[in-house]
Amino acid sequence: MNISHDWLSRFVPHGRSPEAIRDLLTAHVATVEGVERLRADLEPFVVARVLESERIPDTKLSFNKVDDGSGTPLEVVCGAPNVTVGALYPFARTGTVMPGGELTIAKRKIRGFTSNGMLCSAKELGLGEDHAGILALETDAAPGTPLLNVLDAGDVRLVVDVLPNRPDLLSHLGFAREVAAITGVKLQPPDELADLPKVPAPVKGGAAAGLTVRVEDQDGCPRYGAAVINDVTVAPSPAWLKACVESIGSRSINNVVDATNYLLHGFGHPMHAFDRARLAQDTIVVRRATSGEKLVTLDGVERALTPEMLVIADAERATAVAGVMGGRDSEVTDATTQIVLEVASFDARRVRAARRALALSSDASYRFERGIDDAALPEMLALGAALIAQVSGGHVEALLHVGRAPAARTPVALRPSRVGQLLGDDVPADEVKRLLKSVGFTVTPRAADSDPEAAGDPVGPVDEWNVMPPTWRHDVTRDVDLVEEVARLRGFDRLPDALTGARPGTVPDHPLYTSSMRVRDALVAQGLMEVRPLPFTAGADAGDSVNASVGASTGAGDATGLVRVANPLADDEPFLRDSLLDTLARRAEYNLNRMQGNIRLFEVGTAFTSQGSRLPREEIRAAALVMGARRPPHFTEPQPPAFDEWDAKEIAGVMARAAFPGATVTLVGEDEPFAEESAARIRTAYGLGPAAIWIVLAGGTTIGRVWRIKLDAPVWASPAFGVEITLGRMDNAHVAPPGEHAHDAAKAQSPPAPVRFRPLPAMPAAEFDLALLVPDSMRAGEVEAALRETGGALLERVELFDEFRGAGVPDGMRSIAWRLTFRHPERTLRDKEIDGRRAQLLKTLEGLGVRPRSA
Amino acid sequence: MTLSEFIAALDALSADAPARVAAASTIDEWTAVRTALVGRQAGQLTAIMGTLGQLPKEDRREAGQRANAIKVEIEAALDARHAELVAAASASGPTIDPTMPARATWHGAVHPVSLVIDEVVGIFRELGFTIALGPEAEHAWYNFGALNFPADHPAMDLHDTLFLDGGQQQVLRTHTSPVQVRTLQRYRPPVRVLAPGNVYRRDFFDPSHAPMFAQIEGLVVDEGITFADLKATLTHFARRFFGSASTGAEGAAGSRGERRTRWRPSYFPFTEPSAEMDVSCGVCDGAGCAVCKQSGWIEILGSGMVHPSVIEAAGLDSERYTGWAFGMGPARTALARHGIPDIRILYDSDVRFLEQFAR
Repeated sequence: MNISHDWLSRFVPHGRSPEAIRDLLTAHVATVEGVERLRADLEPFVVARVLESERIPDTKLSFNKVDDGSGTPLEVVCGAPNVTVGALYPFARTGTVMPGGELTIAKRKIRGFTSNGMLCSAKELGLGEDHAGILALETDAAPGTPLLNVLDAGDVRLVVDVLPNRPDLLSHLGFAREVAAITGVKLQPPDELADLPKVPAPVKGGAAAGLTVRVEDQDGCPRYGAAVINDVTVAPSPAWLKACVESIGSRSINNVVDATNYLLHGFGHPMHAFDRARLAQDTIVVRRATSGEKLVTLDGVERALTPEMLVIADAERATAVAGVMGGRDSEVTDATTQIVLEVASFDARRVRAARRALALSSDASYRFERGIDDAALPEMLALGAALIAQVSGGHVEALLHVGRAPAARTPVALRPSRVGQLLGDDVPADEVKRLLKSVGFTVTPRAADSDPEAAGDPVGPVDEWNVMPPTWRHDVTRDVDLVEEVARLRGFDRLPDALTGARPGTVPDHPLYTSSMRVRDALVAQGLMEVRPLPFTAGADAGDSVNASVGASTGAGDATGLVRVANPLADDEPFLRDSLLDTLARRAEYNLNRMQGNIRLFEVGTAFTSQGSRLPREEIRAAALVMGARRPPHFTEPQPPAFDEWDAKEIAGVMARAAFPGATVTLVGEDEPFAEESAARIRTAYGLGPAAIWIVLAGGTTIGRVWRIKLDAPVWASPAFGVEITLGRMDNAHVAPPGEHAHDAAKAQSPPAPVRFRPLPAMPAAEFDLALLVPDSMRAGEVEAALRETGGALLERVELFDEFRGAGVPDGMRSIAWRLTFRHPERTLRDKEIDGRRAQLLKTLEGLGVRPRSA
Repeated sequence: MTLSEFIAALDALSADAPARVAAASTIDEWTAVRTALVGRQAGQLTAIMGTLGQLPKEDRREAGQRANAIKVEIEAALDARHAELVAAASASGPTIDPTMPARATWHGAVHPVSLVIDEVVGIFRELGFTIALGPEAEHAWYNFGALNFPADHPAMDLHDTLFLDGGQQQVLRTHTSPVQVRTLQRYRPPVRVLAPGNVYRRDFFDPSHAPMFAQIEGLVVDEGITFADLKATLTHFARRFFGSASTGAEGAAGSRGERRTRWRPSYFPFTEPSAEMDVSCGVCDGAGCAVCKQSGWIEILGSGMVHPSVIEAAGLDSERYTGWAFGMGPARTALARHGIPDIRILYDSDVRFLEQFAR
């Protein structure tokens, strides 16, 4: 909302600078985002005093010594007849650009005299037509003071952020009320409205002066006022009106249109002027648009109307979209001589629906949607008619009203003590009352017996008020709204801000927050970097994306299981991801495109899976993607190896243990049978593609997978590996029905089981290595399981430390070496015992087709 | 060769050896000296002892004893010197070029937005706040209805919403405030929580807007909670978070040092009264500069007393319980504090950007 400082000052002569008004409004009313000087071109001009002056013979010129505050008197030649020694004038130093921008003041010689600047007339400064002499300033400011500080030269525009709850602020009157309340200066009608012509008394009903008004949709238009103004001359606006309209950034069009704009921005009430001659049968009908009806609006666009929209029509066709925009056919033009002025009240929702359907916002729709002051409608009609008559030379033939007066408003009950209680400050009842009254509220005591609840209160009657909001306020419906009025008018800055103690809360940390943080810290410690990318995805159509394999997760109806955004920002990314690796893969490609091949990214974020008509299933997951050098190069290792599967396996384990402390973490091959779930079931349930390497289990439950990631990568890129684990499901069911709670259902959390201490070994261990020839049909895990089983309770550790194929190893086999550590808790193992175990192990292995490499 | 000649040769070597041993200043020199003195091939002592057979038989015994004594003497000196040299070498370590680089590991990094969230969480934790979370895909009731948004009202225009295919009742939450209602429904007051999370708006990606961004919600509900509590807590937070003004110049208010807060009336459907908090600019201390766009103030957060309708939506008695809430955007703070010119950089995930925040 643009507010003109001059215009505001005519409503309330506050005598304050624009900056003071800015601070006052920002602290008490609404935030002023900008202060724009409309005459910023006058900023370089300063006040100067003439110290000496003498006539240059045979000319109209004078040669002067001028003090411009710089300390050195300047020699200035001036052509004006009224130079007076000792007087103060506007002064342009050399280098100053004159208003209009075409002339720059330079040092020059005139008749042999040097001139270092220019003393200026009102006309030269664009401040009036007076060019008879230079502008004498009535001020006691020191020479050198900026001219704008001493001269009421040019208006200042305040740009204010008016929020949707305060439509009463969408006019100069609205802000004037607030400034009046805060400064104590009385509100007054602006001077320009002092001598308006008298208008006839309004007629109730739908016919006057030949005009017929019929409201067929009372819900859409509760009240319609019209004025018939004849003998108008459409012409450019008078200077004051033009200045008003331009001061708030609008373009001056003609006297009639400018007058309606003046009333809209001055008083907040939208008005529309029709060319009466263009209204078929001199008739106005307020009705729903008919199906297929069309209207060319003022902006020249043909609009298709629907029956949801309310239109102003003549006897034949629509001529305006009610509350939104007029039609071009009935627009006021230079040829117009008779006007019908509309001042009406339209239903906010209907205006909003039409505005949205037509994607056509206007100053009028903006105000109707937020709420206008219905009660002021008759007064506005009379004012509007009178103003148009005055500026256009016409006369008001008749005023008429159709419809009903606004419904009676209900007062808001307020216990004045509640104000201080809620604000945490001592606010006396008298002050509460004074502040509320200052912005138009009426305060009356609430009779105790009129309120059955209060009457039955055993404590006795409470001090309670009925507070009636003014007709222009639609945002005040509860006592807290009145508390806000008091708080802002007193000033939030006045409230105390000493920190006091508080009772501890009952809410435990969300477990998904704590596990997220543990995983994040663990991955950062592994050298990975956190990302927070957008979660939108192109979906399975992207072809090569991880989605193609990861995508079809749970498959709840939707073919892809992806959640679609109904109104996506980008048509090529209409889905929410169901895998964080999808996002990480795209981020990796982004880096590869920038020649960055060492990529170690992770994210802890949300994955969405469709659940049909219900809200999507939401899981907090952690995912990591690594590729490129495993370590930074060093002179001892100029070409560090690239990340491979075994790094990914370790990262998966680190993530899983951080996410589920205390749980046993295992990684099993994706095609490997394991205890809890069969491979077949896993494949069906999770749709594992060929790229998955491992399934990650924590405490026997599947929590994630390790993948080889296929990227759109350049030839130089190393292979990429990804891990994704699910930390848990984010519950999105209703906690309780609206208006109810479920406090009794809240479960207390118990801390995780602590690590149990194992006694440190007191006896020496015995170690030996086994290098075994393992057939390719067999997995190391099977051999290891056999070693553990046969090794018995004293086998403390089994460590796979070597794998070898080649010389000495038969085809179809590989050599794998384990180091076995045995220990007895109470005594040293004898050599014979060790040898015995070794023999036993080899015997068992032989049964499996595994023999020692050396043998 | 006579015995006296043999002994003279030994004595000469014995007199000369200690100085030569002592002169060895490195292990390599020591090895050379040892080889020269007692080396099996070319050692001087070995050479002398090789002449033993030329002596008369009766002198050989004495000569052999004398030679052995000298050998023991020299070897003792060599051993002592070796020990000295080894001790000296291990004290100073092997000779390396100390300007060569360390064997580095990759350094992990926390995203700059997470860094801000962590810091905010840390400050509020000291004040007894815990962390609440909620879903990003929400029921419209939690996102709007329960938060007192008037249906079909321009207030909704402030939240340009992304809807799910499931219809108008399923939205991507436009703010973290739904967590307020979920928490109040689940837990009995006193409630003191912080709810960080991602929120969505139908805003096109440009240098200062993103369709998804982080927000931090704060909520306090108990008996007797006042606006003064709100102001005190958030002012405390601002001072802790932003520290003192960095300028050496006298600020507009003349109060160098402690950051000041300013409160402006505002509007959020779910708080009443509502106010926005600004903090005095840390660069100019309120005098006005390019960082604060000449206003002297930086906008930090929106706040207010929890609207009684919200308390009631969660099934609580709004006469008994009052509360306050705030919301802030950590991304804006991250951009400002690190001087990042474009919000999209936060999302691109360029490794060269992330590495700048490595630990």
